[in-house]
Amino acid sequence: MLVLSGIAVVVLGFALRANPLLVVVVAALVTGLTAGMHPGAVVAMLGHAFVANRFIAVAWLVLPVIGLLERGGIRERARILIGRLRAATPGRVLILYLALRQISATLGLVALGGHVQMVRPLIAPMAEAAAERQAPLDAETRDRVRAYAASADNVGVFFGEDVFVAIGSILLIKGFLEQNGIVVAPIRLSVWAIPTALIAFAVHATRLWLFDRRLKARSKA
Amino acid sequence: MIGLDALYLLTGALFAAFALQHALARSWRSAVFWGCFAATMLGGSVFSDTVNGALVIVLAVLGAAGLRPKPVKTTDLETRQRSAARSGNLLFLPALAVPAITLAGTLLLPGSRFVDAKQVTLVSLALASVVSLVLAMGIVRAGPYAALSEGRRLVDSIGWAAVLPQLLAALGGIFAAAGVGQVIAHLTTAYIPMTLPVVAVVAYTIGMALFTFVMGNAFAAFPVMTAGIGLPLIVGKFGGDPVVMAAVGMLSGFCGTLMTPMAANFNIVPAAVLDLKDRNGVIKVQIPTALLLLAANTTIMAIFVYHR
Repeated sequence: MLVLSGIAVVVLGFALRANPLLVVVVAALVTGLTAGMHPGAVVAMLGHAFVANRFIAVAWLVLPVIGLLERGGIRERARILIGRLRAATPGRVLILYLALRQISATLGLVALGGHVQMVRPLIAPMAEAAAERQAPLDAETRDRVRAYAASADNVGVFFGEDVFVAIGSILLIKGFLEQNGIVVAPIRLSVWAIPTALIAFAVHATRLWLFDRRLKARSKA
Repeated sequence: MIGLDALYLLTGALFAAFALQHALARSWRSAVFWGCFAATMLGGSVFSDTVNGALVIVLAVLGAAGLRPKPVKTTDLETRQRSAARSGNLLFLPALAVPAITLAGTLLLPGSRFVDAKQVTLVSLALASVVSLVLAMGIVRAGPYAALSEGRRLVDSIGWAAVLPQLLAALGGIFAAAGVGQVIAHLTTAYIPMTLPVVAVVAYTIGMALFTFVMGNAFAAFPVMTAGIGLPLIVGKFGGDPVVMAAVGMLSGFCGTLMTPMAANFNIVPAAVLDLKDRNGVIKVQIPTALLLLAANTTIMAIFVYHR
């Protein structure tokens, strides 16, 4: 039971809005100590686990390209592009992105998207420009548009990728079931991801459409 | 052969350069923070675990204290608009080249002798970043130093959140090593009466979402919850279909991912990347979708898992 104290630290830390880096390090130390480890060994375990996950940081190599494109005006260009499309509304832009992200993920193309590569330089500025054409954006509404842009990326990739047979999570399921003596073909697992994929698109697209209506109501007020 | 070590050197060098720029600008906290991070990237395999652990603690303390970067000089709105008019849609080319080259690399590189076959995706991503950078420098007409400064401008706006995903993955490993998962699986099965097949389904899907919420990762939750509830009860005791159970169970976990700050890469980092005032802004717009989908997953499993 005591090993759960690390989870308590995480919940409490996030609830109190403490700095997440500090919360996670304290949670790691508490978990190790309550598992009966020596303090020095806990620090070493943290260092070992952090270094073992360095592959995650490789994605930041994309920062200079995106930064440079912003310097060259890519966000302004994205706005110009949307400004020319009279039918574009924030909801429609994001529903289209959701569809593209989800369809490409079902084909295994999960790299086509992402918050740093796509949402910040292209998708968010497009949605904002479409919203600004209706009425000026206050800071709070602007943040809301951006948050919806990020959510479209997440929902699209999460509920698209499992329809692809060779994606990590499907292979994990197959491997785990095999260890427990159940052999399944990945394609059968993928088929059962389709109903949820369709519902996910329906639900999130509807919410984006409702968001659009709220934005439009704002411009008339 | 190009493998993980080469990628770590490249990434480490980038962050070391960010740290150096901060030092030159006399932003000491940022310089030390990114310097320590670069050190773990560059020397992580050489240092002892204790040294790496100490560096992580320095990162956490500085992150909590605030990094206070000095603003990076960049172009003003007017210059950017002029540049956008001049370069036109060509500006999109390097941005779209990143996924295109990553994709091409993952398809073409596995046959190559120069690349570690197990790391093809990461090597392709790194390659795509470098090639697109060269393209972007040509189109924007800026040199490597400007590219570095602009990269630093982005990393400054993201701040400590850039390190969080890696740290959370480390915490997940520690939770697993300490046996946190087994305790949770034991608690759920011990306190919920599993006499009805439907109760087992509800406990499993909600358990997946909750445990993913805690771990920040459905992959970490899946083996634990499936070994604790899915296999012994839904499949074993009540004779459910393991395929439906496992596939929909994993998707229930993804609903948890949409709602948790522990999934920093998807929820906290984008809030920082998009300069949102509210750190949980992305999570807040995702919660209704996540809850509706969790209900949908539970319904799908309850209806189909026992029909064979």
